[in-house]
Amino acid sequence: MNSSRLPAAEFEVEEVGRAVHSPDLGARQEPDAGMLQILSADGTMAGGLTAEIAGRTIDFSPYLSASDAAHLRSLYRDMFLIRRFDQESTALQRQGQLALWVPLTGQEAAQIGSGRALEPQDYAFPTYREHGVALTRGVELPDILRLFRGVTNGGWDPRERNFHLYTLVLAAQSLHAVGYAMGMQRDQLADPSLPPAASIAYFGDGASSEGDIHESMVFAASFNAPVVFFCQNNQWAISVPSSVQTRVPLAQRAEGYGFPGIRVDGNDVVAVEAATRWALEHARSGQGPVLIEAYTYRMSAHTTADDPTKYRLSRDEQEWQPRDPLARLESYLRSAGMADDAFFEELGAEARAMATELRQAVLSMTSPELADRFASVYAEPHPLVQEELRFFQEYEAGFADEGKHA
Amino acid sequence: MATMTIAKAINEGLRASLASDPKTLLMGEDIGELGGVYRVTDGLKKDFGALRVVDSPLAESGIIGTAIGLALRGYRPICEIQFDGFVFPGFNQITTQLAKLRTRSDGMLSAPVVIRIPYGGGIGSVEHHSESPEALFAHTAGLRIITPSNPQDAYWMIQQAVTCEDPVIVFEPKRRYWLKGEVDTSAPAGDPFSAHVLRRGTDATVVAYGPLVPVALAAAAAADEDGRSIEVIDLRSISPIDFDTVTESVTRTGRLIVAHEAPTFGGIGGEIAARISERAFLSLESPVIRVGGFHMPYPVARVEEQYLPDIDRILEALDRAFAY
Ligand SMILES: Cc1ncc(C[n+]2csc(CCOP(=O)(O)OP(=O)(O)O)c2C)c(N)n1
Repeated sequence: MNSSRLPAAEFEVEEVGRAVHSPDLGARQEPDAGMLQILSADGTMAGGLTAEIAGRTIDFSPYLSASDAAHLRSLYRDMFLIRRFDQESTALQRQGQLALWVPLTGQEAAQIGSGRALEPQDYAFPTYREHGVALTRGVELPDILRLFRGVTNGGWDPRERNFHLYTLVLAAQSLHAVGYAMGMQRDQLADPSLPPAASIAYFGDGASSEGDIHESMVFAASFNAPVVFFCQNNQWAISVPSSVQTRVPLAQRAEGYGFPGIRVDGNDVVAVEAATRWALEHARSGQGPVLIEAYTYRMSAHTTADDPTKYRLSRDEQEWQPRDPLARLESYLRSAGMADDAFFEELGAEARAMATELRQAVLSMTSPELADRFASVYAEPHPLVQEELRFFQEYEAGFADEGKHA
Repeated sequence: MATMTIAKAINEGLRASLASDPKTLLMGEDIGELGGVYRVTDGLKKDFGALRVVDSPLAESGIIGTAIGLALRGYRPICEIQFDGFVFPGFNQITTQLAKLRTRSDGMLSAPVVIRIPYGGGIGSVEHHSESPEALFAHTAGLRIITPSNPQDAYWMIQQAVTCEDPVIVFEPKRRYWLKGEVDTSAPAGDPFSAHVLRRGTDATVVAYGPLVPVALAAAAAADEDGRSIEVIDLRSISPIDFDTVTESVTRTGRLIVAHEAPTFGGIGGEIAARISERAFLSLESPVIRVGGFHMPYPVARVEEQYLPDIDRILEALDRAFAY
């Protein structure tokens, strides 16, 4: 991210904006207040950990991966690969190969940590930015680019990896996640031999203002649905800061719905994984929903159509740079003797190879025929669709004839 | 054969659906103990339990959105929206999510969700309780929309909606909930997405659906006395529309009147008029004439009788058609 030099005038506009939107109350949240953190920004690891959540003392030690070197290396590997994927996709967009790209740089720990906490039988409902979660679910990375390449609105079979399609309408998927969890709950009742399962709904701090988030939390609470709400508070909804969305840390909202909310350092992959593991177990074991707020920072632009220099302060970027989720795990792995230069070099080579493959895969994606698109509007035969398809095919065939005669 | 009201026929249809497939469930506001504000789900919670007949929180987007999630998990949710004018908080989930799930998944996922909406006026109620928003949904590809006009259809069409792999909105003509008729619960049902010719005639065709079907039939009977032979078609399905049946009729009668309660501008009548003009232009003796509501929010109850298309409005339209 190129740090910007903002003129003083913009500074003032920004201060005025804050004053209008939320006078004093929570306008500027204390970043680290009441936040679960295990791996600190300087790369040191806390031992076991307990936290007060909804009046209970939760011991997170059983959910910690901190002492498992192989596991920590694999978390780092995932974060590294997905950042490289993000860079390559951004480049592909810049070169006109993708219509749009939605970067995740800065949010690797929130996504990899939560995604790796899921069991195969769990089901994830992403927004449009959960490339890291997709990686942990085993979705083929090139498939993620099919939507952005414009060859389909989906890209993968959600049922194969229990990872739903991306949803561009903010917050809509949160209700699907709750309904899906209600279905899991019913399946479990009908057949107790099934492995307990939960769904997880991803959304952003901006989306938290949408009515569907409220309704999904009401339904989840009313039906005690096994669902985890995972909010990545990257502090911006395009150009609007999270202070415009909320007066209190988002995690606190859970209390109003009657279930636990946890605020976790979203740049600490170990803490995110532990918190999500605990939350999923809580949901699967019939204790109902949990809200996790992963407090993080979007180091990259909102999308490739965005221009953060118009609204963001370089001061903030400088403040967040040292909290980089990859840098802190790297420094821990090195200092604990869990990974050496060879590991990082190999990983770099692997990422480069992945990027090359990704580029080839994108360039070789074939466009569908418009005629194919008629087939998936309805499941059952539909006379209007059939009639319009016939018309379209005859119309197209007319041009083919013209071509022949010419 | 049993005689029952439309409300009872839907109730029996829902009962049959619940009994035949344990994956079906009803969701909606006040549908449990109360049996719905129109009592359409009366007694179902008692017989099938709270897990199958779910009193949901008061949230339309929540009802539709969670139904989509349940459908993704293999369930068959049947949602009740309490009144037509209150479907709009759920409009987003219906049009951007439910309708598009199949296309967005390249045909891999289905969303067999049924949404029941009591619609239309004539009940002397207050605002938002008497609207006919069917065209707003019909314009969205991916949805199917049906509307029964009699108990026989009401009994079967709801069951067919439930087994359909596509999302189906069932607009229930609320002022006809108490209309009685014969129901053959053993008769195999025909295609719910086809129109029915209810009355044969040779001089003009009147197409209507839902609450206006009895009005169209009465108008045809009155025209008969004037020596005009009117064919009446119950459209039954608003999306898709059975244009073949309408075209066939118009090629014989040469005149077409389309009647619905919804405002004529941008409505289903305009769609039918345009299609039939394309398909049967040379058979038409007069332009297709629409009879419907005016371009205003549904009016206050004290004047709704003037707003609602009645027998005279259809007869007047027929007069205009015959004047060409
Ligand atoms: C219903 C709806 N309104 C507006 C948009 C346009 N939009 C796309 S992303 C976005 C900001 C979302 O911010 P946030 O929820 O914090 O998620 P982030 O993208 O920062 O991860 C907006 C306004 C949309 N996609 N859907």
